[in-house]
Amino acid sequence: MIDRLTDNRGLDNFDLRYLGLVLAILGIGVLSIHSVTHAQQGGVAPYYLKQLVWIFLGAVAFVVMWVSDYHRIARLAYPAYALVLLMLAFVLVEGRTSKGAQRWIALGPFSFQPSEFAKLVLILVLAHYYSKAPRAGWLQRVIVPGSLMLPGLVLILKQPDLGSGLSFVAVYAAMLLMVGVRSQALGVMLLFSVMLFPFAWEGLWGSLHDYQRQRIMTFVDPDYDPGGKGYHALQSKIAIGSGELMGKGLYGGTQSQLKFLPEGHTDFVFAVYAEEWGFLGVLLLLVLFVALIWLSLEIASKAKDQLGALLAVGIVAMLCFCVVVNIGMTAGMFPIVGIPLPLVSYGGSATIMTMASLGLLLNVKRRRLSLFY
Amino acid sequence: MASASYPEAELGELHRRLTILRVGLLLVVALLGLRLWHLQIREGPYYRDLSENNRTRLVLLEPARGLIYDRHGVLLANNVPSFSLYVTLEDVKDREALIQKLTDLLGLDAALIRKKLTGKGSKLLPRKIKDRMTLRDATVIESHRLDLPGVMVQVESQRNYPGGVTAAHLLGYVGEISADQLEKPEFADLHQGSVVGQYGVEKSYDRHVWGQAGQKSVEVDALGHETKAAVVEKPQAGNDLYLTIDVRLQKVAEELLGEESGAIVVLDPTNGDILAMASRPAFDPNVLSRELTPNQWVEIVQDEGRPLNNRASQGQYPPGSTFKIPMAVAALETNTMSPSSTVHCNGGYQFGKRLYHDWKAGGHGSVALHSALVHSCDVYFYTVGQRMGIDVMADFGKEFGLGQGTGVELPSERSGIMPSSAWKQKAKNEPWLPGETISAAIGQGYVTVTPLQMASLIGTVANNGVSYRPRLVQAVMDRTTGNLQELPAVPRGKVKAKPETFRLIKDALADVVEVGTATKAKSSLVTIGGKTGTAQVAALRTGPKQDIPKKLRDHAWFVAFAPVESPKIAVAVLVEHMGHGGSAAAPLAKEVIETYIKLAPQVPMVTSDSSRVDQARRSSEKS
Repeated sequence: MIDRLTDNRGLDNFDLRYLGLVLAILGIGVLSIHSVTHAQQGGVAPYYLKQLVWIFLGAVAFVVMWVSDYHRIARLAYPAYALVLLMLAFVLVEGRTSKGAQRWIALGPFSFQPSEFAKLVLILVLAHYYSKAPRAGWLQRVIVPGSLMLPGLVLILKQPDLGSGLSFVAVYAAMLLMVGVRSQALGVMLLFSVMLFPFAWEGLWGSLHDYQRQRIMTFVDPDYDPGGKGYHALQSKIAIGSGELMGKGLYGGTQSQLKFLPEGHTDFVFAVYAEEWGFLGVLLLLVLFVALIWLSLEIASKAKDQLGALLAVGIVAMLCFCVVVNIGMTAGMFPIVGIPLPLVSYGGSATIMTMASLGLLLNVKRRRLSLFY
Repeated sequence: MASASYPEAELGELHRRLTILRVGLLLVVALLGLRLWHLQIREGPYYRDLSENNRTRLVLLEPARGLIYDRHGVLLANNVPSFSLYVTLEDVKDREALIQKLTDLLGLDAALIRKKLTGKGSKLLPRKIKDRMTLRDATVIESHRLDLPGVMVQVESQRNYPGGVTAAHLLGYVGEISADQLEKPEFADLHQGSVVGQYGVEKSYDRHVWGQAGQKSVEVDALGHETKAAVVEKPQAGNDLYLTIDVRLQKVAEELLGEESGAIVVLDPTNGDILAMASRPAFDPNVLSRELTPNQWVEIVQDEGRPLNNRASQGQYPPGSTFKIPMAVAALETNTMSPSSTVHCNGGYQFGKRLYHDWKAGGHGSVALHSALVHSCDVYFYTVGQRMGIDVMADFGKEFGLGQGTGVELPSERSGIMPSSAWKQKAKNEPWLPGETISAAIGQGYVTVTPLQMASLIGTVANNGVSYRPRLVQAVMDRTTGNLQELPAVPRGKVKAKPETFRLIKDALADVVEVGTATKAKSSLVTIGGKTGTAQVAALRTGPKQDIPKKLRDHAWFVAFAPVESPKIAVAVLVEHMGHGGSAAAPLAKEVIETYIKLAPQVPMVTSDSSRVDQARRSSEKS
């Protein structure tokens, strides 16, 4: 008992560290958004102010997800998923089109992106499923959850939103690898996926939209046509590279300030940050993210029950995936897919969703001691 | 452990897998860090360079061309500010859309713009699409700037010729550098859109008046809109030229030619200075320095009057009887004739089966050298030519600079032909025929000369055989140092002939004007010596002159010098298709010489006339 109480005191410190990390990353995001957009704003509210509003709303979602019992939240998984599927379908029919994709639902002055929320809901659904459903055979462990994921994935890819679709699959794969398959089967699965990849490639490639193929093609050789298809990737690399060790200083990023870098405040905000703060700033941000993920993994491993652990794993997996893929694509390691950098990129839906997820994560941590109060 | 009934075991398995995930995460983040280290630290300087190029464009600032003055500091060519339209391809996302917009806004020819945009050259360097834009057009472009990324209006100095057609052939004109010119080493520092001299002094002295281009560094955003500009290097205006011509004399000469085609060249025989060089018909260099449409070009090039042709240095005509001057020198120097030996002229010269006519039907009777020149007796010179042979004639012709360029600083000078037996073998692959010597003796047949050559020839005679290379530029003002560098006269040699020979010939030439074929050149102001000539255009002269179509009529020549006692001026007049030199050309020469005398050539040189020069420069530099 005494041990547990000591732990409880530690919890308070732990929470503060967590909060500090989240706030630091959010701060970097707001600063970079301000830097890249301050010069190009017309009469509308500046992006950084809007982002502060999103963060406030995100904080509300964070608290809500934190205080309510995650078991109760998980029970809402299936109705929530049904609602998300409805919204995704609605987006396809009625949604606002932007940059060639229908992803948004207009809500008065704001528009909101159901695919972001779909990710969190999928985590809930899968965690709920694995914690409750019989998990004896591979059918129940692999196929059933896969079929649960499929309608959402199809609707998201239809928008088309390759980035969200990939995160969707990533969440599923993470859950599968963590609890879905047995250890000996894990190796076989990995082997199979590697072997099957060339065959799957054909089907995948054929189903991609032209602009998606182009993005992947320019990933292969972005330098061959600056100003054309490889423009984005090249400008991003120039922005990051030209930051060198110390960076060009706040507001000093010529690549982003002069609009050579498109999407500087959203998907490519990392390039803006890297240009202005250099390699040192980049290391700082990486350390912050690794610390955040590390603490989240800690929560997953100390969860009191299967559901909590699964929720934590799903959230961590999504966070990891988004951070790695986003930085990888801005640094020219991966093809460009539209995945924002969690907590840093501008965007209401993504910010609120990420903060809600983190609230849920802390909820898992909080509940692990509740039994002993 | 795999059983669903052992949640604790399940959790233990999860812990193991989480460890794998941690290791994997660290590995992936390390990879990301390595990649970023590679981009920012190892290749950082490279990307830094790329980002600098991304945002800055170097814009070349064309220098103002040097000014051109006449010998007394009268402004002949200056610069006026004008708007030019530039496009930087690097900043243009949709070329066709841009072409469409420009044609809509300015009414430009789409094909022409496309051609300029697709030409060779760096994508980063702005290309000139249009110059001499109107203020209205420039305003239209400026007001649409946001829709026209990569498009820029630049104020530049444009060449302007205040005198219009005056001295057009001599000054020449400027134009955008051609693709061929760009290949040449002397234009290595220029680029597409640079304006260079294309004709006249503008061309031959282009390197002097060109100056030094400057550079402006312009920071642009991704849409190609200029955000900041800094002049890196100011353009250095080109050097000023002071020509040898007196624009007042030039104007008189041009007015004398009027509507007729022809040329008048006025030289100072004592140093080779070209005081006037008129060629008609002329063109307006202001028009030609503008960008012309292909149709306009065709119109100018196909004009029957060939206004682009500088008849003074590029027109080649048979010299007619003016050729009798070097013939007379040759006759005396080779002792073919003594001053007193006579030839009987009965109006014709029988050679073989053919009778060569004298221009005077009845003949001149018994003539010696003096009267043969004064009355331009053909038979006398037929005889001289026959006795000397073509090769001796050619030697003397070459002594006087015939058959070769004078070396004047004008592009595409023609050299005329001084035929010889070797020349004919080479040019026609045929032997020289004796009969051809007889035609050549009176300046017909194969012999051709330019008016400039004839002015130089009569100047050489007036100057007792000492000749100078005709020159157009007497001084160059260095803009950087402010030094006026006077160019020395260039001696070209001396005709090997006795002073007595020149005295006898000049006497005769004075009498040509006094009592001979050129009495219409007789002046009350000054003594003039000269020689008429009539260059045959069509071989056969039949019927009264009025019946011959004008383009087949003879060209009228007159070459003269004055004052006879101490010659200061040498003149060659050629009027196309105006018949006899004595009536059509001689009066013009007289007018030119009298104008020259009235203008008092003792006027001080440009150097001491600096106030006027400064004023002219100021007014042209207000731009």
